[in-house]
This record gives sequence, structure tokens and C-alpha cells, in this order.
Amino acid sequence: MDLKLRVWRQKNRDAEGRLVEYDAKDIDPEMSFLEMLDVINERLVAAGDDPIAFDHDCREGICGACSATINGIPHGPQRATTVCQLHMRHFKDGDVLTIEPFRAKAFPVVRDLVVDRSAFDRIIEAGGFVSVRTGSAPEANTLPVPKQDADWAMDAASCIGCGACVAACKNASAMLFVAAKAGHLNTLPQGKPEKDRRVLSMVAAMDEAGFGNCTNQYECSAVCPKSISEDFIAQLNRDYLKASLKKCLMG
Amino acid sequence: MKLDSKIPSGPLAEKWTRYRSEIKLVNPANKRKYEIIVVGSGLAGAAAAASMGEMGYNVKCFCYQDSPRRAHSIAAQGGINAAKNYQNDGDSIHRLFYDTIKGGDFRAREANVHRLAEVSAEIIDQCAAQGVPFAREYGGHLANRSFGGAQVSRTFYARGQTGQQLLLGAYSALCRQIAAGTVKMYPRTEMLDLVLVDGHAKGIVVRDMVTGEISCHAADAVALGTGGYANVYDLSTNARGCNVTAAYRAYKRGALFANPCYTQIHPTCIPVSGDYQSKLTLMSESLRNDGRVWVPKKKGDTRKPHEIPEDERDYYLERKYPSYGNLAPRDISSRSAKEVCDEGRGVGPGGQGVYLDFSDSIERLGLAVIQERYGNLFEMYERITGEDAYKVPMRIYPALHYTMGGLWVDYNLMSNIPGLHVIGEANFSDHGANRLGASALMQGLADGYFVLPYTIGAYLADVRGKRPSVDQKEFQDVKKEVEEQTNRLVSIQGDRTVQSFHKELGKLMWDKAGMARNKKGLEEAIAKIPEIREEFWKNVRVPGSGEELNQELEKAGRLADFLEFGELLCRDALDRQESCGGHFREEHQTEDGEALRDDENYSYVSCWEHRGDNEKPALHKEPLVYEEVKMATRSYK
Amino acid sequence: MQNFARLFRSSLGKKYVMAVSGLILLLFVIGHLVGNLQIFAHPDVINAYAHFLQNLGPGLWAVRLILLITLVAHVWAAVELTLENKRARPETYRQDDTIQASYASRTMRISGFIVLAFLIFHLAHYTLQVVDTEYQEMYTTLADGTEVHDVHAMMVKGFQSVWISLFYLVGVGLLSWHLRHGFASMFQSIGLRNATIAQTLEKTAIGFAIIYFLGNALIPIAVLAGWVS
Repeated sequence: MDLKLRVWRQKNRDAEGRLVEYDAKDIDPEMSFLEMLDVINERLVAAGDDPIAFDHDCREGICGACSATINGIPHGPQRATTVCQLHMRHFKDGDVLTIEPFRAKAFPVVRDLVVDRSAFDRIIEAGGFVSVRTGSAPEANTLPVPKQDADWAMDAASCIGCGACVAACKNASAMLFVAAKAGHLNTLPQGKPEKDRRVLSMVAAMDEAGFGNCTNQYECSAVCPKSISEDFIAQLNRDYLKASLKKCLMG
Repeated sequence: MKLDSKIPSGPLAEKWTRYRSEIKLVNPANKRKYEIIVVGSGLAGAAAAASMGEMGYNVKCFCYQDSPRRAHSIAAQGGINAAKNYQNDGDSIHRLFYDTIKGGDFRAREANVHRLAEVSAEIIDQCAAQGVPFAREYGGHLANRSFGGAQVSRTFYARGQTGQQLLLGAYSALCRQIAAGTVKMYPRTEMLDLVLVDGHAKGIVVRDMVTGEISCHAADAVALGTGGYANVYDLSTNARGCNVTAAYRAYKRGALFANPCYTQIHPTCIPVSGDYQSKLTLMSESLRNDGRVWVPKKKGDTRKPHEIPEDERDYYLERKYPSYGNLAPRDISSRSAKEVCDEGRGVGPGGQGVYLDFSDSIERLGLAVIQERYGNLFEMYERITGEDAYKVPMRIYPALHYTMGGLWVDYNLMSNIPGLHVIGEANFSDHGANRLGASALMQGLADGYFVLPYTIGAYLADVRGKRPSVDQKEFQDVKKEVEEQTNRLVSIQGDRTVQSFHKELGKLMWDKAGMARNKKGLEEAIAKIPEIREEFWKNVRVPGSGEELNQELEKAGRLADFLEFGELLCRDALDRQESCGGHFREEHQTEDGEALRDDENYSYVSCWEHRGDNEKPALHKEPLVYEEVKMATRSYK
Repeated sequence: MQNFARLFRSSLGKKYVMAVSGLILLLFVIGHLVGNLQIFAHPDVINAYAHFLQNLGPGLWAVRLILLITLVAHVWAAVELTLENKRARPETYRQDDTIQASYASRTMRISGFIVLAFLIFHLAHYTLQVVDTEYQEMYTTLADGTEVHDVHAMMVKGFQSVWISLFYLVGVGLLSWHLRHGFASMFQSIGLRNATIAQTLEKTAIGFAIIYFLGNALIPIAVLAGWVS
């Protein structure tokens, strides 16, 4: 099939970007979206042009590296799917695809579709961990975890850190990411001792990074490749309120 | 060259405990004076960087991904083994040790494997304490599943994302140390060479993948946790970025490369759909429990699967291995698939695939049972192929998955270059010729959390205060070489893309040194690879410059090393005239096509020494001495 | 105190302000509607009710002050959040789309802004009585002989103008629209929403918005139709 691509090209962080049109001819519907970009890039290189830079690695939907917004939807039209797992059979011959990077102030464009998501790392550094020294852990079964809690924590922990939630939110809010990360650890008994400290510092790091505020529209959950529920946002709102009030009233 | 594996004396079961209490320690006040470079942030790298940072060392950690959380350990699905005996089914450290040695076809080092089994239980404790959401039973205790190659149920798991959850645990520990200032993280930074000072590994040269800046980093010791080399085959289940460069550069600086021919092939992957294919996706082997493997009897049969009558189907695994049938071991079933495809009976686009048919099981057990057992796998298959495997048979084909070979290390996980430590898949140490399912995660974390942080002290305690400056000639010389290579790559401006060369190399490797190897094919490959290499250096086209984010340049640099490494792999495969584990030599098989090992002549670790570009490498042998275990034939009867 | 300041400066803190102030305002508009619906009873009923409210003295001013503070907090938080949100995505998508965000949720700023304008007009109209100064002279006597403002007559007079009625319909329409998202959103912001109640909450929000709108719309319609005079 033949498609028309409008791809965001931006040389580097400080350069001006713009949409550039490319003809994508003879695309096999069995290709993945990134394989389609590979093919376009091979043609660009052969023609002496710069290929389109995009992040990708595992190409099986788990590493969270790939990131592109297709016709306004991060990771494209198929639900619960990263762009590396999206296949061209979901498009029609003659479609025009606008391909842009994940856009947010906290995710500056590095080149073309590649963005800098290190803000997520800084949020984890602020408190997305359990402080346990290597080798000092107690026997694993001495701390039973109700299956329900373990499953709930696992739902949150399946976040792949791709940033689609930020890209989809009209306010570029990182609430779903932070909520999933905090919710995972706050739910488990192992994470309880640091719960208040964790939510306060992770939210502070999120605000610091320049993300916007939650809209309560749940576009984030809708685009999330792992379908992480907005219920975790409610959980974070609750936990943050409790932690803040405790801090306000008891110091 | 004398290879000292430094295995401690004493009974096997006491070696590690005893050694650990005798190992040299670095005074806590002195630890902060040491700098350690860790390259790679997967399970091994992240765990080691976090643990050593926590102990008080100054750690610098490098990864090529945009975040350490994305290292390819993340893609492991199945689980992690540990000798906990939670199921009360008679598991023990000894059993895990023995299963791993046997699974490795008696080509691994006894003492290392025993240590691995010993620390396996601690890993689970550590990860559970970090908040890894392992599957639980209703009573709140950890759940287990069984996995291939073991008669006990000892695999811990977190849905189908065990690798991701364990990596996120290690990454969270790493982040905690980054915040504490003991680890400095360098994402999007690729190691391009190793720097030796007076024969010791004292630093690395890296390229900042965003700005293109090439810089030097000095340290007291270097640890490589840079993963395996399956991408030498171009198509594999590895992430696109996985590469051999760090390990290969160390090899070129004098580190020995051990057993490169030990590669593991996974029988149930989604087949290639066209020549644009960039990646192969693995599906759990458990599918073979209820699926029947078949191909048409007739060559080039293009009918749809349901149009082929029963008597025109060849259920070749059931035919050839009546007792094991569709559950024949990984290597056997992989090779059989290749055989029937080579005969021209393969199915699907390109004829590189066989059917895995669930219709009998659906009829026997009902759709609901199959859905419950494999629903997520069928969904994954549907996502990629667009086919509904409840209605039409799945198509599967084997793919490169894991590499057991790696840089040679001693018991301290230090290579023959003093100061250079190698951990995780990047070393050769624990899996012998074949790795058991759910053991890769175990080894990565064992090396990172519980072995290297102790054993590195044995080296550091002896080299007090000798950290060189990056201004020294040794660093500047290597930096210059790296810059020259980069400039050379962007200045060729030939006609062919990097990927076209990678595809060519990959196809050659897969055909000649893939699932089954023979002398003639390997010799052809050894003759052909230098030709591809020469053509590459004359005719590759790398657009742009070295001073910017340039993904073609990154790929070209990695491929340049694969183009040399592939030859080394073939040479090792040629030398090893036996079949063992993941290495199958067609000349060495039993009448029923099973691997024929030669313990008398080949029970050694092949250690290859670089002797200059386009020179034949030298082979050194570390004999495998088994104190406790008796070598036996791996039998599937 | 410092901790409180930090809480209200944080992104979540401002969302709490939105939610809590929104809740207070919501309760107020419900009460206000119930009061107004007394227009369908004998004129004395609503006139007595209005008289009662106006004679609360300090109580009236306390309520007014609380409402004013709440309103200011709601608007302040909205403005702050909006500015931050604008800053969070300096470069916008050239082609934008959404999957499931309701239209009401995407128009909160616009609906909120117009409702604010409507509110000012409404206060000028009935409370300050500067839109139609004749209101200041409209008095009547209750059955017990008390002289009171003839609120009933004021309402009838106001809504006999088609333009004013239309403006009221648009105003309360947008307010209902605004409450449709705000109602469910409030629960989420303070952490009381989850998948189990989400559907019910959403339906309740829509149901509430419709009833609220119809209740309000009934008054000008009834006046225009001559059911109330």
C-alpha cells in the first residue's frame, strides 16, 4: 500500500522543527510501524538524505523506548499497543499519517522523534524505591502479601515508562506514571514504611520537572500500552492528601 | 598463556562460604577513594552498580539506552529459578546446581555453578524486599511454576514480565544510589573501547550519543555487563541495540573470549514475514504442551492449512520422536523445523515456518481451556501476525535467543586482564553449552548483587591508589583511535546501507553457523566474512557526521565489530568437533539425530586470544575439572 | 504553616482546592435552585424565604464571605493550573486528537469563564439590582403584614424579557455542562473514585447535570409561557 507521511524533523534540541512530507510507497501491511520507518530510512539513506531518528529497542512492547504520536494519538490508533507492536495492516492505502514526537516541556526533543525522558528517572530517584541494603533482606516468605495486593501492585508495576500518558494528556501531566510507580510500592507491605515520604518527594520531583496537572480525563489510561488504570491516580491523590495533612498537622 | 581460574580449594559446597570470609576487604574509609566503572545497566550492571555504590565505592554506570530501566533484561518473560524448596518437592542447592550443570551439557565450571545455586535463594529475598511483585498464593506466600530441565517447581515469576519486574527492582536500587550521589549515571553513552594502563583495565572511551562527544573515563576497575551477541545473526529475539562492541573491544585489548559458538535457539518464535523484518518475537514454549507441530508432506504445498487433509500432513516431531513428540527438547525441535523447511516443506511467507496446531486440543479440551491457558500468547500472536490462532494454526520458527559464550572470567569474575570484570550474559561462566529456562535472570542478579561486589575487593585491595589520569598517553591514544574509526565510517560514503550488510552477515551466520553446523559451511563462512567486512569498509554509507545524534553511525560501529566477531564464532564452532548443548555439529550426531558429545577431547573451555587484525586468533584451553559431578549423556528417551 | 503553603503550591494541592471549592459551590447552587423553585408556589412563599435570608444579618455576610472566598479560590486555582498547563506543553501537536475525553471536560475553561461572566451579571441583576433599577422600588406585603422585597415579581419581570431568559438559559446550561465534568472529577481529585463506582459516578454526574439544567430552565420558560405571573 502507499501512504503519505508527514514527519516531524528537528535537527537538535535548539533547532526549529517542522513537518516534512514523504511518500511511503509499496508498504507491506504485515510490517510493523517501526519496520515501515526502517524502510523509509533505508530509502532516505540511499538517496543521500538524513534518516528519521526515532527511539526503539526491544521491539516487543516491553522496554518502553519507542515513542511517536501518530495522527494525534501517542503510539497510534490500536489500543494497549506500543508503536513497535503496531502493524501497518491497521492503516489503509492512501492514508496520510502525521508522525510527531511525544510533546511536553519536560520531554525536550533531542532529534526528530527522539525525546529526552530523563525526567522520569529523576522522579524515581526522588523516591521510587524501597530502601533495602543488598544482602540484608529477610527471608522472602516471612512477609506474606495478600494475593489481591500483590496483583494490584503488579497492575501498577507493569508500567513500561514510555511516557505516552504524558504525551496524551492535554496538560502533559505525568500523573499516571507517578501514580503507577508510587502505587506499586505503596500497596506492598515492603513499601509501607516510606509511603508518605515517597509520595511527597515523587510529586515534588514531578512538579519540578515541569509536567502539567491532571485533567481527570483519563486519556492517559486510554493510550497506555499496558492499560494502567486511572484508579492509581485516585490512590496517589488520596495518599498525597493524607501524607500532606499528616505533615501539616504533625510536622 | 596460563589460565588461572582461581577456584578456591575445599569441598564444593563450602568453597564460596569459606572464600567469602577470607576474601580481601577494602577498608570502609577507603572505599570512597575507589572509582569503579560499570558498563551496562541490565540486571547484572544495575545490581552491581547499586550494590557497590551502597558499599561506599564511587561508581560510574554507562548505558546506551535513554534510561537504565530499558536494558534488554526487561524482555525476559518466564521467571527466575531459586533453590528455596517452597513447594516441599525436594529441591535443594545441590539439585539446582546439578540441573544447571546437566542442562549446560557438562561444559560449565562446577564451582561457579554451585555458587550460583547457593546465592539463588538470597536473590529472591532481595527482590521481594525491593517490592518486586512476584506472583503470590492466596496465603500470601510466593508462588512457583515449573520450567524445563527440572523435576521440581522452583521458578518465581511476575506474570509474563519477570525480567521487567526484576530489572525495575535493580533500577530502583540504582536510582536510590544515584540520588545518594554514590553512582553517577551516563545514559545514551556507548562504550567504544577499553583503556589499559600497565596491563590493567583502568578506563573506557565512550561516545555521548546525543552530542557525539568522545571522552575518556578513568577508574580503578572496570566491570562489563553488556549482554550477549545474538545480534551477530541480525535477526534474533534481542533488542535491536544489543551488541558485542564492549566485549569485543576488550577482546581486542587482550581479554580472552570463551566459547563464542555456544548460542541458544528458541523453537517457538513468530516467523519472519518479509525481508523488512527487524526482530523476532519469542512466545512461551509452554505452547508446545497442547499444540501439534506439522508441515505438509508435499513440497511447496500452497494450500491453506485446513484444506490439507490429515493424511497429507507430516507431524514430524511425533513421527521422529514418538516418546517425546511435540515436547522434544529445544535444540531437537528447532533443528527438525529447519530440516523440513530446508526440504521445501516450510509454510507461510518465505517458507520459513511450521504449523503449531491447536485444533485437536480445542476439540478435546474445549476453547475455554485453551483460552485460559494461552490467551495472552494467542493475543500477542494476533497482534503481530493479524491471524486468529484459535481458527488457523500458528506458524512458528526457531530464533536466536541467548548466547552462553562470553568473555572468559575467573572465579572472581575477573577476566585475564587485571581489573576487567565481566558479569551477566557478557561472561561465559555459568551456563556451559546450554542455558536452562529461568536461569539467565538468576545469573545476572547473582553476579550483580552477590558475587562481584565481594570479589572485586580481591582486586582493589591490591592496587591501592593507582588510578591514572585521563590525560595520560594511554587514554589519549585510545581516544584518538576511536575518533579515527568514527571519522572513517562517516567518510566512506559508499552505496550500501549499514542494514544491508548486517542482513548479509546475519543470513550467512544463520545458514552456516546457526542451528546446525558443519565443517564445510563453517569454512565457507570463515572465508566469506572477511569479504563482507572488506566490502563494508569500502562501500558503507553513513550519512551525517559524528558530532550529532547519528543512529546510522551507532549501527555501523556495532556492525564493524560483529563483522569481526562472526568470524571468531565460526572459528570456535569449527574447532569444537563435537555436539553439545547449543552447538550442534552435523558430523557428530547419533543415528537418531541426537547430539554426540566428546568428553575425552573437548571437555575444555575454548578461550580465544586476539592476535591482530586479520590474524588467526590463538586458542587456549581451560580444562573442565569435575570434582563432584560425573559427566553423563543428556538423554531424552 | 509552611507545610500548608507547600501543599497548596503543589500540583495536587491546587487540585484539592479545585475539588473542595467546587464541592462547596456545587452545594450552594443546589440550595439556590431549590430556593428558586419556590416561585411555583404562592408568591408569598418565595418572598418570605428571600426576606428571611436578607435578615440573617451577620450570618448572611458570613455565608457571602465564605462563598466569595470559595469562588476566588476556585478561580485562582483554575487560573494557576491553566497557566502551568500551558507552560507544560509549549510546542503543541500539529495534529491533535483524543480518544475518550468528554467534550465537557475539554471545555471546562470556556464554560467556567462564561459562567463567571454570567454570575457577575446575575449578581448585578438581582442582588445589586443595577441592571433594572426599578427592582429597587418593588415591594409587597406578606399575609402577616411584613413589607418585603417582591422577589416573585422581580423574577417574573426579569424573565419576561426574551433576551434575559435566553442569557439565563445559556448561563445555567454552561454551568450544568461544567458541573457534569466537575461532579465526577471532584471524587477523583480527592481520591474517592475507582473502577467500581466510576460508571455510576459518571451516570450520576450526567443525570445531575440534566436535572439541574431542567430545574433552572423551568423558571424562565414558565415565565415566558405565562404559567407564572
